[in-house]
Amino acid sequence: MTRSLAGWTFAAPALLVITVFFFLPVAAALALSVTDFDIYALADIHNLRFVGFDNYVGLLHDPLFWKTLGNTLYFVVVGVPLSIAVSLGAAVLLHSKLGRFKGFFRTAYFAPVVTTVVAVAVIWRYLFHTRYGLVNWGLSSIGIDPIDWLGDPHWAMPTIILFAVWKNFGYNMIIFLAGLQSIPEDLYEAARIDGAGAWRQFRHVTLPMLGPVLLLVGILTMSGYFQLFAEPYVMTQGGPLESTKSVLYLMYDEGFKWWNLGNASAVAFLLFVLMVAVTSGLLWLARRKGVE
Amino acid sequence: MNRTFAIAVVNGLLVALAVLSLAPLLWMLSVSFMQTGEAAHFPPPLLPAVPTFDNYRELFAKAGMGRYLFNSFLVASCVTLLSLLFNTMAGYAFAKLRFTGRERIFRLLLAALVIPAQVAMMPLFLLLKQMGFVNTYMGAIVPGMATIFGIFLVRQYARSIPDELLEAARIDGAGEMRIFFQIVMPALKPIIVTLAIFSFMAAWNDFMWPLIVLSDQDLQTLPVALASLSREHVQDNELMMAGSVVTIVPVLLLFLVLQRHYIQGLLLGSVKG
Repeated sequence: MTRSLAGWTFAAPALLVITVFFFLPVAAALALSVTDFDIYALADIHNLRFVGFDNYVGLLHDPLFWKTLGNTLYFVVVGVPLSIAVSLGAAVLLHSKLGRFKGFFRTAYFAPVVTTVVAVAVIWRYLFHTRYGLVNWGLSSIGIDPIDWLGDPHWAMPTIILFAVWKNFGYNMIIFLAGLQSIPEDLYEAARIDGAGAWRQFRHVTLPMLGPVLLLVGILTMSGYFQLFAEPYVMTQGGPLESTKSVLYLMYDEGFKWWNLGNASAVAFLLFVLMVAVTSGLLWLARRKGVE
Repeated sequence: MNRTFAIAVVNGLLVALAVLSLAPLLWMLSVSFMQTGEAAHFPPPLLPAVPTFDNYRELFAKAGMGRYLFNSFLVASCVTLLSLLFNTMAGYAFAKLRFTGRERIFRLLLAALVIPAQVAMMPLFLLLKQMGFVNTYMGAIVPGMATIFGIFLVRQYARSIPDELLEAARIDGAGEMRIFFQIVMPALKPIIVTLAIFSFMAAWNDFMWPLIVLSDQDLQTLPVALASLSREHVQDNELMMAGSVVTIVPVLLLFLVLQRHYIQGLLLGSVKG
C-alpha cells in the first residue's frame, strides 16, 4: 500500500503536467475543431457556435489547404529519403576502416544538428542569395547562370529540402553508425570469401542487417519532416506564390494570425491523421517484407 | 594500388562532407566580423578585410540582444531544472516502484508520443491565457516542465538500478524521499546529465511555441527575436550573421563540451527504445 502510494507520489508531478498541458489540450483541440472559435469568441465565449464537421469540409474544399498539403508531401517524399541516404552514406564512411580522424569528422557532421533552426536558416538565406550568395558565385565559376533560389517557386522548396538535409543528417548518422557497429564482422568475411565486392557486401549484408534501424529512422524522420514550419517561416515566409507554405504554417496563420482557432485545430487534426496513416502504411509494408 | 585508391576516396569524401557541414557555420562567423555592406559584394568575400566588432556592439547596444540572451537563458534553464526533477522522479517510479495502473499509464504515455505537439497548441494557448500566463516567462516554461521522452529515457536507465540496493535501504529504515535523493539520484547521474543537455538544447532552439506565447518583445527568446530581426534587416547581412553567432554559440559549446553524454542519450532514446 505505502509502496503504491510512493510510486504515485513520485509519478504525480510529471503526470499532472503532461495531463494538464498536453492530454487535456489535445482532447480540447478535438472539441475546438468542431466549433467556429474565432476572434469574436476569443473576446466573448458566447459567440462560439457548434459547426459540426464544417471546418473539415471547408478545408477539404480549400485550394490553399491542398496546396500546403502538396508542399508538405513534396518536402517529406523528397526530403526523407534524401536525408536518410546522406546519413547512411556518412555513417558508412565513418565506419570504414580506411578513414582517418573519425572523431573530428563525426563531430563536424553532427554540429549542424545542435544549431538553432532559425539562426542557420538566416545563414542559408544569404548563402543562396541571388546576387551575392556564395552558392551562385560557385555555380557561376563553372558557367551556370545565377538561380533565384528562394524567389523562384520551382527552386524554393528544393532549397529548403537541401537545408533540411544539411541540418539533420548528422542525427540519423549516429544511429546508423551504432547499427553498423553491431553487425558481426564474420558476415562480411563470409561475403568476401564468396567473392562479393564492396557494393554487393553493402547491398546483401549491410542493408538487410540495418533493416529494423532503417524502419525506425524512417518513421522518426518522417514525423519530424511533416512538422515543417520554422524553415519556410524564416527563409521564404511561405512564398513565393505559397510554394513553401506547409500545413503547419497554414495552422499557424489560421490560428495565431487570423485567430481562427477552431479551423486551425481542424488543420492540426488532419495533419495528425495523415501522419498516423502514412506511418501505419510504412509499418504494414515493413511487416509484409519481413523487416521486423 | 587498389587499396591506396580506396583510402583516397574514403578520406576525400570525409573531407568534402566536413567542408559542406562546416562551411556555412564558418562563413557566418567570418561575415559577422565584416563592415556593414561588405558581404553584399560579388564575388562574396570569404574573410573580413578589417575585422570589426561593430555588429556585435550594435546588436547589444541597439537591438536589445542582451535582453534576448537573458530571456533564452532564463527560459531554457528553468525548463531544464524543472523537467529534470519531474522526469527523473517519474522515470524512477515507472522503473522501480510498483503502483496500481503503472503499466497501463506507461503504455498510454508511449502511445501518445505519436501525437504532434502542435495539435495541443490552440487549446494550450487558451488555457494559458485563462491562467494569465500568455506573454509571461511562465507561458514558455510551464508546458515543458515534464516530457514523455524524458520519463522514458530515465526509466530505461533506472531499470538497471539493483532492487537489492533499494530494499537494503528500506530495511535500514530510510524513507522513500531519502532513498530517491541519496541513492537513486547519484545512480542516475549519467542519464541526468544527458537529459539536462537534451532539455536545455530543445528549450533553447524551440521556435514555434515561444513565437506564439511570447509576443511581447521584451520577453522574446533568441530564435523568435532573430526571426523578427531578420525580417526588419533583410539587407543587413553582417548584423544578422552576428545575431546567428550569438544564438548558436552557447548550444554549440554545450554540445562540444558534453558530446559524449549527448550521443549516449541519443542512442539510448532511439535504438534501444
